[in-house]
Amino acid sequence: MSLTRRNALALGSASFVVTLLPLNAFAASDETMAAIKSFTGGSAVSEGGISLTTPEIAENGNTVPIQFSASGAKRVMILADGNPTPGVGTFNFGELSDASGSTRIRLAGTQNVIALAEMADGSFAQVAKTVKVTIGGCGG
Amino acid sequence: MAKARVKAPKTAAAGELVTIKTLVNHKMESGRRKDGDGNLIPRKIINAFTATFGGEEVISAKFEPAISTNPYFQFSFTVPATGDLVMQWTDDDGSTVEQTKTITVA
Amino acid sequence: MRITREDQIMKKFTRTLTCIIALSTITSVAIADEDAELVVNGELNILTKAAAPADSALDELISGWRFRTDETQALQMDDFDNPSFIFIEQGEDLYSKIDGSEGKSCASCHADVASFKGLKSTLPRHNASTGKLDTMETLVNNCRTERMGAEPWKWSKGKMTAMTSLISLQSRGMPINVKVDGNAANAYELGKDLYYTRVGQLDMSCANCHEDNYGNMIRADHLSQGQINGFPTYRLKNAKMNSIHARFKGCMKNIRATPFKEGSDEFRALELYVASRGNGLSVESPSVRN
Repeated sequence: MSLTRRNALALGSASFVVTLLPLNAFAASDETMAAIKSFTGGSAVSEGGISLTTPEIAENGNTVPIQFSASGAKRVMILADGNPTPGVGTFNFGELSDASGSTRIRLAGTQNVIALAEMADGSFAQVAKTVKVTIGGCGG
Repeated sequence: MAKARVKAPKTAAAGELVTIKTLVNHKMESGRRKDGDGNLIPRKIINAFTATFGGEEVISAKFEPAISTNPYFQFSFTVPATGDLVMQWTDDDGSTVEQTKTITVA
Repeated sequence: MRITREDQIMKKFTRTLTCIIALSTITSVAIADEDAELVVNGELNILTKAAAPADSALDELISGWRFRTDETQALQMDDFDNPSFIFIEQGEDLYSKIDGSEGKSCASCHADVASFKGLKSTLPRHNASTGKLDTMETLVNNCRTERMGAEPWKWSKGKMTAMTSLISLQSRGMPINVKVDGNAANAYELGKDLYYTRVGQLDMSCANCHEDNYGNMIRADHLSQGQINGFPTYRLKNAKMNSIHARFKGCMKNIRATPFKEGSDEFRALELYVASRGNGLSVESPSVRN
């Protein structure tokens, strides 16, 4: 049968087995890269030390619960690579904090949510998760 | 006027990690929506949240328009001794919403 | 019910569609945990699945909660995480606010809102003096206009939904039990008729989705049975409380039909019929849905 949008969606989502993309594999927008650079000052960013929990499929892009944790970090920045502007929030932690947080965010479509942390020793860590955001059906 | 709801324990042991849940009633108008006539509705969001305990900063956050309507924020911190957890949310227009919760260490 | 050729095509198409989508969902984590139990605040058990009565069109009764993703379900399991409670608090403020020429608030006559326990589970119901069905909205507005000398509230706007959320909450956990016989019988039959009548450009009835295809996906939406035991509901989509009639209206617009008016006899009858399809499920108000 001809490739309708329905079929394309079905085929597309069937291929989304790998959800955690390696850092050098995901192509982030220029604005996202600029935001990352601004946060890190151009320093190297490694994996590990920061975790990000997101739903695999967002029930509704208007309200997507996320949770991040970067034990010992001084600050964390959350970016949504596919939003009109990538900035979601920046969190600065005091000594008493455990450098974790949960919130609910808006995602304009399927995209990567990126969490960056500046650790206590001044190094930087990053993690990205893909969140599938579907639009419509009859829920309207 | 935005109203804050906070869930915090009333008591804790010294050195205990407690979790605080906060929810503020606010539209978080992103500045990208259009009204019926096609005009952009101006941005009006809560752009900052701070929490201090016993005068010491626990967390200070900057919120962008990507934070959902009725911003929910949960965080955790170690309680050293009895003190006040003072939280403040700041709107784009400069107005603030505050709430204080006392946590007592027996 | 006569099965038309259209029904057959629709069923076959839906089945094919379901197969395609089902293949793709095997690779992803369960969209919804249909076996999860709803326990609120770690203590209140809510019945989200019940045996269907013998004369029911459904095999079993399933609350809309069960069709939502894990994350959405979680939002309803704690009264703090549940965003509805912002509006419950607004309802509480309104409840004690003096309004109208008589200088009264709801609290002036009704004292504690907890006295409304058991009301939501029996609404809508027949009103002998008006001959029409009363819904929670009509009861609230009747009090406001007749006894408080206050302006009626709009059916689905913030003040009304905050109040109906607060009053409905008082019955949370109780079984839905609307009366469909006696003087409610006419409205019940009208509601049933509306439920099964195809309307709109897409020529669909409530039953096409909510009876024939619950559990299946329609594009990206996980179809529920269309139960209303959780209303008013906080929808993630519009981040506010939604009334039953507002939802009916939305559904009709989605199938490109001209919706009935909120508060109309048709929607009240439909509300009675749909509520009766959930007789036995627990009141879940205020719920969280997509």
